[in-house]
Amino acid sequence: MTASESTASSPVAPVSDADSLNASCRWPLLVLFISAAGWAVLASFFQLIASIKFHSPDFLADSPWTTYGRVHDAAGSALLYGFGIQAGLGIALRICTGTATLPAARQWIVTFGATLWNLGVLVGIVGILGGDNTGYENLQLPHYAAMLLFVGYLLAGVTIVFTLHGRRQPCLSSPQWFVLAAMFWFAWIFTTATWLLLLSTVRGVEQSVIDWWYSGNLTVVWLGLVGLGTGLYFLEESRDAAGTRDYRPLFVFWTLILFGSWTGIPSGAPVPVWMPTLSMIATLALAVPLLTIAVTVYGGQPGLRGNSNSRAGSRFIQFALAAWVAATALKVISALPEAASRIDFTWFMTAQAELNTYGFYAMMMFGGIYWIVPQVTGMEWPLRKAVGVHFWLAAAGVLLIVLPLAIGGVAQGMKLNHASIPFIDVTAATLPYLRVSTMGDVLIFIGHLLFLSNLLAVTVRVVRAWGMPRYRSVMMEPSAGEVEP
Amino acid sequence: MKYGALVFLSAFLALAASWGGLILAPQIQVGRGQQETNAVNSAELYPQARPGLARQGLSVYRANGCADCHTQQVRQTGSQCDVVLVDAGTNAEALAEALMKANVGISKASAAGLAVGLPKPILRRVPANLAKSTVSAIQSVGAKGKVEIVALGPDIARSWGPRRNVAADYLFDDPVLLGSQRIGPDLANVGLRLPDPTWHLRHLYEPRSEVKGSLMPPYRFLFERRKTGPHPSSEALQLSGKLAPPAGWEIVPRPEALALVAYLRSLRSDTPLFEAPMSSSAPAQTNAPAR
Repeated sequence: MTASESTASSPVAPVSDADSLNASCRWPLLVLFISAAGWAVLASFFQLIASIKFHSPDFLADSPWTTYGRVHDAAGSALLYGFGIQAGLGIALRICTGTATLPAARQWIVTFGATLWNLGVLVGIVGILGGDNTGYENLQLPHYAAMLLFVGYLLAGVTIVFTLHGRRQPCLSSPQWFVLAAMFWFAWIFTTATWLLLLSTVRGVEQSVIDWWYSGNLTVVWLGLVGLGTGLYFLEESRDAAGTRDYRPLFVFWTLILFGSWTGIPSGAPVPVWMPTLSMIATLALAVPLLTIAVTVYGGQPGLRGNSNSRAGSRFIQFALAAWVAATALKVISALPEAASRIDFTWFMTAQAELNTYGFYAMMMFGGIYWIVPQVTGMEWPLRKAVGVHFWLAAAGVLLIVLPLAIGGVAQGMKLNHASIPFIDVTAATLPYLRVSTMGDVLIFIGHLLFLSNLLAVTVRVVRAWGMPRYRSVMMEPSAGEVEP
Repeated sequence: MKYGALVFLSAFLALAASWGGLILAPQIQVGRGQQETNAVNSAELYPQARPGLARQGLSVYRANGCADCHTQQVRQTGSQCDVVLVDAGTNAEALAEALMKANVGISKASAAGLAVGLPKPILRRVPANLAKSTVSAIQSVGAKGKVEIVALGPDIARSWGPRRNVAADYLFDDPVLLGSQRIGPDLANVGLRLPDPTWHLRHLYEPRSEVKGSLMPPYRFLFERRKTGPHPSSEALQLSGKLAPPAGWEIVPRPEALALVAYLRSLRSDTPLFEAPMSSSAPAQTNAPAR
């Protein structure tokens, strides 16, 4: 796919116009995407170390910096905050900018925000490895890192929202609702969690309740909004007949934020029983957006999937949508009381979380980035084959993690419920599954390396071309289309 | 959905509702918890804060991500009752007859030996109302009986705890580390189960020396390997075989290891509470209410 093809097939604006507009947010986007890719590499590296410890518990055990609990949490935080939210911010910026131009001042604010965010993640990961882990799931980054993250997020997020004012169409498109709500959502949940857990800590088990609420809102609602928003953006742009009124995205949007925000509390938690019950009902109600998306994507509208196959990243996006359907279905099933008592505390929960965070969200981000970067830089991917290889590595990696852990988790839960089976035998029986999942971690790690190399290579080309007056004039003036860098 | 304001408003309302429901309401209900005389069998205040060294140990536990592999929440599927005959009274025949009338499955033959070896349980794992009616039948003939509550569930059967955990158990922990995965066993009552500090120290140093086939990584960085001076440390680990240090050297726990062990030993939630009744092993002053 060349630059001219990619912009020509976009229905929003004429080629020349789109090029100069797209170019306006390419620097902030490259910064966001490259740092996200760097964190992805680091996250999968840490995850690999953690995973190898299930083959040999003595591996790197003699230094506190590399003990399982620290490396594992560092991996999770790097993936979620370093890669996930950062890539999400980039894609949100692209979706909100749409056909408007991003003024230079705003480009700088977003870039500065991204820098602060990266500094926060860096300080936080070093903090976790050094023993400053907060202990709260999905919020392990210590309080000093949280401050940097918060300021960085506000700078980038507010700027992204303000770009909507510069839009040319009076209506917001459906992907724009999703990311607009997501920008607001994270600011609120992160403030609440940071304030009540890290700054003026509440007492007792209320800490866990807040952490569960935050985790639920982050993994179900925020990742859902940004991920599905990206998917919709892709589907809308690849649909030829734009402009047909479709209320399903609106319906998914409302049901997702309405039900998803109540899903955090695990069943059987040591809190008054109304809390897990509310969460259970809300999780079951997630079946509504689940079925809507399933019907939209797979329900006999070939136009939605038909002409999108030729685009870079489209396979990622299709995989991600399927993974969202599967992950949400697993979540709904595991909320049923009969199932919950069997799979609580097992690897099944890890498998579900991995399918949601990586299979759905991360894959969606890869797809979005593979698709957006050629648009905004006007260049195709230098390592063209690496895109396809990355897809297969990532897809196989996720499946190699999710399937064994899900099956192993169910077996583990069955055994845990038989008190006559000694605990050590229960753990021993999970080992083969864990060891298979290490293969998945290796594949994902290699995939991330390819992803990062591709982004770096494209940046090198952009920087070189930036020096060329010809390129500069091409990017500024209307006769852009045919230039091959 | 034309305007950004409308998106903003709907997101605001949805999130505000969930914030009110899952942050504010729980804060009002459990976040303001206080010590209470809530324990079933005594007037002591519950919960009690952990001693200082154990509190330092909690931060070692947090820093090393122990909660990644260990939960601290025992669950319970329900509870049933045992009936214990404390005193057979003076009229053994009347007692046997009363028990047979109460229809609790005691035959004439077994009723004959009732008075031997008291106190002893005569009914196991029965519903609360049956246990209560049996006790009143026993009392009606001048004998004494009591109801003991037994928690049920796989966690309890694994002897991970005598009862389920409730919100009050965590009141003074900061942070509260409930954990979400059982890669290792539940630790809510590890202090009750494994009170020996030297076991914990050896287990932290080399888990597989104490538990065959354990997956736990060793925490040797919590120990110091140093030359035995003129006065060997009394805290030095007694290790044998491959683990033993060469002659003239000793392995001594660092303060972090001692704090962590103090924390682990402080982990016990075995106070009977009204919301989580169980029978304590201590002699009961009153009968626990059967619910």
